[in-house]
Amino acid sequence: MNYHWDFGDVLHYWPLFETGLGYTLGFTLISALIGMVTGALLTLLRRSGWKILSVPAVAFVEVFRCTPALVQLVWCYYALPVVLGITLSPMMAALLALSCYGAAFYSEIFRAGLDTVEIGQWDAAYALGMRPFTALRRVIGPQAFKIMIAPLVSQFVLQLKNTSLVSVVTVPDLVYQGQMVASATYKPLEVYTTIAIIYFAILFPITQVARILERRYHV
Amino acid sequence: MSKEVMIDVVNLEKSFGKHKVLEDISFSVPKGKVIALIGPSGSGKSTLLRCINLLEMPDAGAITINGKTMDFGILSLRYRTTELAAFRAETGMVFQSFNLFPNMTVLENVMAGQRFVKGISKDQAELIARPLLAQVGMEGFAASMPQRLSGGQKQRVAIARALAMNPKVMLFDEATSALDPQRVAEILTIMRELAQAGMTQVVVTHEMSYARDVADIVMFMADGRVVESGPARQVIEDPQEERTKDFLKHFHAGCS
Repeated sequence: MNYHWDFGDVLHYWPLFETGLGYTLGFTLISALIGMVTGALLTLLRRSGWKILSVPAVAFVEVFRCTPALVQLVWCYYALPVVLGITLSPMMAALLALSCYGAAFYSEIFRAGLDTVEIGQWDAAYALGMRPFTALRRVIGPQAFKIMIAPLVSQFVLQLKNTSLVSVVTVPDLVYQGQMVASATYKPLEVYTTIAIIYFAILFPITQVARILERRYHV
Repeated sequence: MSKEVMIDVVNLEKSFGKHKVLEDISFSVPKGKVIALIGPSGSGKSTLLRCINLLEMPDAGAITINGKTMDFGILSLRYRTTELAAFRAETGMVFQSFNLFPNMTVLENVMAGQRFVKGISKDQAELIARPLLAQVGMEGFAASMPQRLSGGQKQRVAIARALAMNPKVMLFDEATSALDPQRVAEILTIMRELAQAGMTQVVVTHEMSYARDVADIVMFMADGRVVESGPARQVIEDPQEERTKDFLKHFHAGCS
């Protein structure tokens, strides 16, 4: 290969990458937070025992689990405003889609985690006189959490990678800024290599921490 | 004093779907007495026990424990979780599968009720928990995790955990069924000591000799109904009903 690598021009645009990184991390954290809270609520609705609540919650989860994130994102940006008769900024549409997508998967993780705790643990907690919330907080939650750590972290990693999709609706994340830099410098090879390195530098430590946590909790 | 009624169950009914598990069950237990529920598996005795502390919600009837009455039926209000929890706190329950909390040490298990239900401080709860661990012979294991204990040890801790809430009634759901024969005797000894100390007990058991020697009342159930009930020795030694005789045949064959 005779290609002459030259990162000089690309690094000249470093501030753009910084801005992009800010958007990427911001979107990841906010959508993960909203997604986890919504996911927890969905799990509660699914376990409420009332079909009026559990059926819509299951439907929501399955719709977002069984369609691609990119389709959801584009749909939220182009189709949802038509349906609801409102305008959504690219940011809002992107945040909505990513949060709902995350919520579906987080809900599934919470449900699976709670299901692994034996029913006898609820019996024992109730028999002592604990109310459902106390039982969840003191007995069921701590046991389920250990099982949930690994899938939660890998979902968070996916969530961060999925934010790259928001560039499609012109949210200036890392990938979007990369496209800007690439068209300004005509150096896509260096640009996308730089972007890949940045993603890797963030995600590799996270997956390693997850591995350590997983090992510690599976005594 | 001994005439005082601790448990009063009236016309209790329970179905799982279309399957009737309990049909018109009525009985009462005087304070300080032990009642043993015996019968073939599927007779409804475990469900009845779980109904007494509302782990299963009865469909109809009423239960009174220590003067507090809960009514069940379509017309009765759906009880709030706080009311259910308060009613359950009056009874202690010991399970066949122990159900110790694996995320807590032995001591923390025994303190859990005091701390998380009554909201008592850790130090105070420990003052209650340690003597109970000593009572069941587990004081040396306070800092152990439940996973490290044998079945018999787990069950002793589970008894201490239930006693820590200072219950008026203890419910034992086949508490010895998952144990080796030597361990069974240890648990039965603890239960016998509790009975001698005046604890009202409802015991679902396959241990006929325990039922005969320790229980005051024996109630034989089959197909969700009470077939025969009376003084323990009389029901075990001289059953009147055919079904009871048939069920106890194996036990008596083993004795003679």
